[in-house]
Formats: sequence, C-alpha cells, structure tokens
Amino acid sequence: MSIKTEKELLRFTTCGSVDDGKSTLIGRLLLDTKNIFDDQLLALQSSSERKGLDEIDLSLLTDGLKAEREQGITIDVAYRYFSTPKREFIIADTPGHIQYTKNMVTGASSANLALILIDARKGMVEQTHRHSFIAGLLGIPHMVVCINKMDLVGYDQSVYEKIVDEFRMFSSRLDVQDIQFIPISAKLGDNVVNRSVQMPWYEGSTLMFHLEHVHISGDLNHVDCRLPVQYVIRPQDDAYHDYRAYAGRIAGGVFRKGDKVMVLPSGFTSTIKTINAPEGEIKEAFAPMSISLLLDDEIDISRGDMIVRENNSPQNSQDIDIMLCWLNEKKLQEGGRYIVKHTSREVRCIVKEILYKIDISHLRRIENETSFGVNDIGRVVLRTTQPLFFDSYRRNRNTGSLILIDEGTNETVGAGMIV
Amino acid sequence: MFSYNLDHLKELESESIFILREVAAQFEKPVLLFSGGKDSIIVSYLAKKAFYPAKIPFALLHIDTGHNFQETISFRDKWVEKLGTKLIVRSVQSSINSGRAHEESGPYASRNILQTITLLDAIEEFKFDAAIGGARRDEEKARAKERFFSHRDEFGQWEPKNQRPELWNLFNGRKKIGEHFRIFPLSNWTELDVWSYIQRNEIELPSLYFSHKRDVFERHGVIYGYADFMELLPDEKVKKLQVRFRTIGDMTCTGAIESNASTVNEIIDELLVSRVTERGSRIDDQRSENAMEERKKSGYF
Ligand SMILES: Nc1nc2c(ncn2[C@@H]2O[C@H](COP(=O)(O)OP(=O)(O)O)[C@@H](O)[C@H]2O)c(=O)[nH]1
Repeated sequence: MSIKTEKELLRFTTCGSVDDGKSTLIGRLLLDTKNIFDDQLLALQSSSERKGLDEIDLSLLTDGLKAEREQGITIDVAYRYFSTPKREFIIADTPGHIQYTKNMVTGASSANLALILIDARKGMVEQTHRHSFIAGLLGIPHMVVCINKMDLVGYDQSVYEKIVDEFRMFSSRLDVQDIQFIPISAKLGDNVVNRSVQMPWYEGSTLMFHLEHVHISGDLNHVDCRLPVQYVIRPQDDAYHDYRAYAGRIAGGVFRKGDKVMVLPSGFTSTIKTINAPEGEIKEAFAPMSISLLLDDEIDISRGDMIVRENNSPQNSQDIDIMLCWLNEKKLQEGGRYIVKHTSREVRCIVKEILYKIDISHLRRIENETSFGVNDIGRVVLRTTQPLFFDSYRRNRNTGSLILIDEGTNETVGAGMIV
Repeated sequence: MFSYNLDHLKELESESIFILREVAAQFEKPVLLFSGGKDSIIVSYLAKKAFYPAKIPFALLHIDTGHNFQETISFRDKWVEKLGTKLIVRSVQSSINSGRAHEESGPYASRNILQTITLLDAIEEFKFDAAIGGARRDEEKARAKERFFSHRDEFGQWEPKNQRPELWNLFNGRKKIGEHFRIFPLSNWTELDVWSYIQRNEIELPSLYFSHKRDVFERHGVIYGYADFMELLPDEKVKKLQVRFRTIGDMTCTGAIESNASTVNEIIDELLVSRVTERGSRIDDQRSENAMEERKKSGYF
C-alpha cells in the first residue's frame, strides 16, 4: 500500500443553527470516510450509553471542551482534520449560536468553502441569513447548502425545492459565485458520502464528491505580486557578511528570479537575485509560499515593508474604508483609537466615521449609529498614523484584511475587510 | 501546464515557517520546547529552514523528567549539535529536590504532571515570552480549539473561554509584562502529515519509533517499556516483545505497540491500516475524559 502524498488541502467551515445537525454531519463525514479510529468509536459508544441512547450519537464525536460539554453546545471554533485519497480537509467547526458571529467570522476567514446547514422541516431561518451573509462578506469562494433531515420530511423533493428557491432568492443579493445545494440526512448518511437510495430524484453529486472535486486552485490571487516583508534574515557569520534576505509569505502574484521589483514605502527598485524556498533555491514563487528574496541592490528594507512589481502597485492610503465585524464586548465608538495589524505592518488608527451598520436578517443599512456592539457588522472609515499598502478584500484576501487590537487589553477586537 | 498550486504538505510547511518567522519578529525571547519526539523534531527542522542560512534565533528547552528513554537523550544531543543551536535542560528532579514539586509514588507514579512546574519555572527564570511547542490540533479534543498563538496569563494558565480570535494570517502576539504565549506551528498537521513529511525529507528520528526488541510489561492492555525505577504490580511480569512507540514522552506514560515496522515507509503503511489514534497509547490522557483539558489550563505543554 502507498499513499499519494501530493494532495490538495481544502479548508471549509460549517455553519448552522443549534440542532440543525452540524455535529452529526461532521461525525458522519468522518465515519463514512473511515476517519474514525477504534478507540474513538469505543469512547463514542460509551458516552452514548451513558446518555441513555441505544444507538451511537455521532454528534458526540466533535464535542469540545468540558464547559461546553456541560452546556451541550460548542462555543468556540474547533478544528477537525480528515482525509480521503483525493484531498486533505480542515474543518473549522463554528458554533451556530446567535451571539457567536465572531466565531463564524474567524472560521470563515481562512476557508475555501462554506457548508451551510438547513433543517428541512424548518427551512430558512434567521441564522441561515446571517451565516450566508457572513460567508459572502468574508469572500468564501464556494458555498454548499445542505438541506438536512430529509428523512424527517419523507425525502420529499418539493420540500427540498422550496428551500432551494427561497435560498436562491435571498442569495442573489449576496456576493457568492458558486453555490451548490444537496439534500441529505446526516443521521442516516444519505448523500453525505454515499448516494441516497431514498432520493432518486436528486441527480447532483454527494457532499463528499463535491468536497473532493470543487475547483479551488483559482481561489488565490496569482496576478498582483505582493510580498509583505515579515523578517529580515541576517546571519551573524563572516561567511555571510552583507547577506540580507527578505523573508515572508507571498500574499499574491508570481515572483520570478530576475524580476524587477519595487519596495514600499521607499519606492526603491531592484532585481530579484535569488528566491529561497524551504527546499532550496527556486526560479518562481507564488502564494501561499513562504520564501526569502535576495535583491541585486543594497536597499534598506524592514518588517512591514512590501515588495511588489513596479507596474502593479497596491493602493496606498491613510484613510481605510472597511467592512468591520466587531468581536468584543467592549463597544467600538466613533473616535476610538486602536492598533491595526495589516499584513506584516502594525500602525495606530482612529475610527474616523461609522457609515452604517447592517441589519443582517433583512440586509438593510442602519444609519446614524455611533457605536458597534459585539457581533455587529457594518462600514467604517479608519484614519491610520501611517499609510497602508493594500488591495480591496475582493481582489486579495491577504492584502485586503486587517484586525483591530485594543491598546489597553491587547485583545483582538475587530476584523476588517477593505472595501 | 504548470499550475500555481501547492500540495498539502508544502502548504502546511509554508504555514509553519510563516508562524516561526512571526515568532522571531514579534517576541523578544522565544524558546522552542524540545521533547525529542517527532513533532518537536519537525518544528526544529522547520525552524532551521525558516531562518536559513542564519542560525535559529532561539534556544531549545528540554524539560527532562529524568524518566526519559536513553535513546531520546542521545538523539537529542546529536540533533542539537547538527542544528547548531543552544540547548537548555531543566529537570523535574531538581524541582523535586528543591521542594517545588512533589513526586507521586507507587506503581502508577508519573512525573508527567510535574513537568508543568519545571516548565513554568524555566519560563520565569529565563524570562521567555514565547514557548514554541509541537502540539497538533488533531491529537486530542481539548487541542482542537487551541490557537496558533495561545495567550497565557501571568500564572501560565490557559483560558479556553477567552481566547483571542485568530483571523486570516494575522497573529496578535501583544501581551503584558509577565504574560507569555505558547505557539503551535504544527496546529494543522495530522499524524500522517508528519510521517509523510519525514518520508519526503528523509528526516532522522530516534530509534524508538522503529520496531525493536525491548523489555516490556503490560498494564490494563497497554505495553510499557520497562526501566529500573518502575514499580510492578504483583501479577505483572517483564517480557521481551517486538515493539515501537508512536509517541515519545516520559517512560511512565508512553505506551508501545507491537509492530514490525522498521522503516518510515512501513510505518506509514501501518498507520494507514491502524485503527487506534496516536493518543490511545498515551496513558496520561486516559486518567479521565477531560485529563488533557485540565492539564492545559494549568500550563501544561
Ligand atoms: N432524523 C434526523 N435527525 C438528525 C439528522 N441530523 C441530526 N439529527 C438529530 O438532530 C439533533 C441535533 O443534531 P446535532 O448534530 O447535535 O446538531 P448541531 O447542534 O447542529 O450540532 C440530534 O438529536 C441528531 O441526532 C438527520 O439527518 N435526521
């Protein structure tokens, strides 16, 4: 036996309201792809028995920390791992509780795909609006809507289609390119990994097939060259006198040896002499590789600078217009001061203006607001002490995202997407 | 046609290197916790790559329980020399001698929990502000919610309910004086990823990971390596078996499995058919269902 070591990695996030079957679905995915081990299965059986159940409760597999277990709900993002011969998967399992938008935003920030669960008996609920809106806002390129508990509605095609129509109506106002719908029963396994015999009317793929085949290599920006300088490598060693390599993770574009580059903010230009990757010298590097660059000329470059191509510069401004998700109990106020972390750059900012908040359930703007509470989302303008070099979040999630940090508590209090 | 696509191991490698460089940039005095197990070997291997050709800009710290496998220690010394980094060793024995820690006794005695005391003392002694570890989220359910940058209060404690949200590639390492961070660059790796990476890069490992004949005894279905300091129960007997270890920790809490796998390829094949998780052979987690979570809150690795 041997494994194919060259597989793609798909990161997805799961969202649904409490009891829609999210934990059961994850358990089902792991079980039917043979990613549950004997000792886990045994532990699962004994916890199920202790709860007085006569069959195993798949949802117990993904329960988290003790406090949460006592409340019986997940209250923080938990990460799960499984693989099939085709791909490796990282699930950001985010809780469905209304007050935890913050977790969903966190899980969504790195996801290629959002999996949204709807209980077939209930149809779309307020949480569904919220989750789909956030998935769109966070620029998740792919969305799968699973209509779950089909067994409880007699596997009825018309129930499924009614929900699909309703969702389509709503989602036409969202910014999501790729939406798939799949009727499933997480509990019984229909259309999760194995095709359902109960729903011959459904001709699309199973959830697993879709997760294995959805095209993700276009999710990253390979057009605009951006290397935020993270660290300068300077060996304290005579053999490497004058050696300076600029290390970072490529945020966009393709860098090639011999390319003419420009450094921001100084504007100096030079040519790429060498590209070092973990495996040694390479000719070409692209996102999301961690590399280091040597340049032909000696230029003063430090952490927080950005290396780009001369003919393709990011925007450069101290006035930053963002969509903001507020993550902290302590409110954001107009005029408030925070630390901004953007790529490898850290600057201070003041909240210049709150333009509007969004009523997510109705996709409406609420104007004339002067503060943001936890889980609020809306549009805000920041004024930074020094310019940032950025692209719009739509164009590049790496150079278009930022976080706000409270100077007093050091907590991460806001997540911003540059408009 | 060439497509701009990284395979999953390269993507994980790139992510971990990013984290390690971020630690060097954001903290004043980081340290890499080195146990001699495969995960900390991988972290130090990645650190070497992250800063090449410069030296790794932080020291390695080994918390020695005094109940280590001899193979681990000799591997450690060779490995550190190869990396060209500094190694700091702090021992649980001296924490016991100085009265900071109290030894458990009897056949179930383990120094595993005592490591926390020695570790926190070392962090305090050297004023480390970031301790890099090899823990992975797939190991255990309490770890599944762990952050890459995990904040610890001035008592070294973890507060699972009040973790900082971690978004995109933006890691917030800001802290007050006396607080520190635990950093987990391998958060997203699975056991199989680690082995595949070892295979691809031909990374050296302690011989314990490979099949060998060893004096062992069995307790509650777990096979332990036998050493002089271990107390046997009346019906337990030392015997010789062909075994290997899936994780390497303190001898008192590391179980072996019977195996003939003597190369990395054979181990990967064995893993693909094996039906027990890696931590299934960790006795420390079996003490109670929430054992890991309790230990983590109080400052464990
Ligand atoms: N009949 C049926 N019950 C389901 C299905 N999926 C989940 N459930 C049940 O719905 C309840 C809530 O599921 P759970 O996975 O805990 O929901 P979560 O809160 O979204 O994680 C449990 O009792 C499940 O057994 C399904 O497809 N069919």
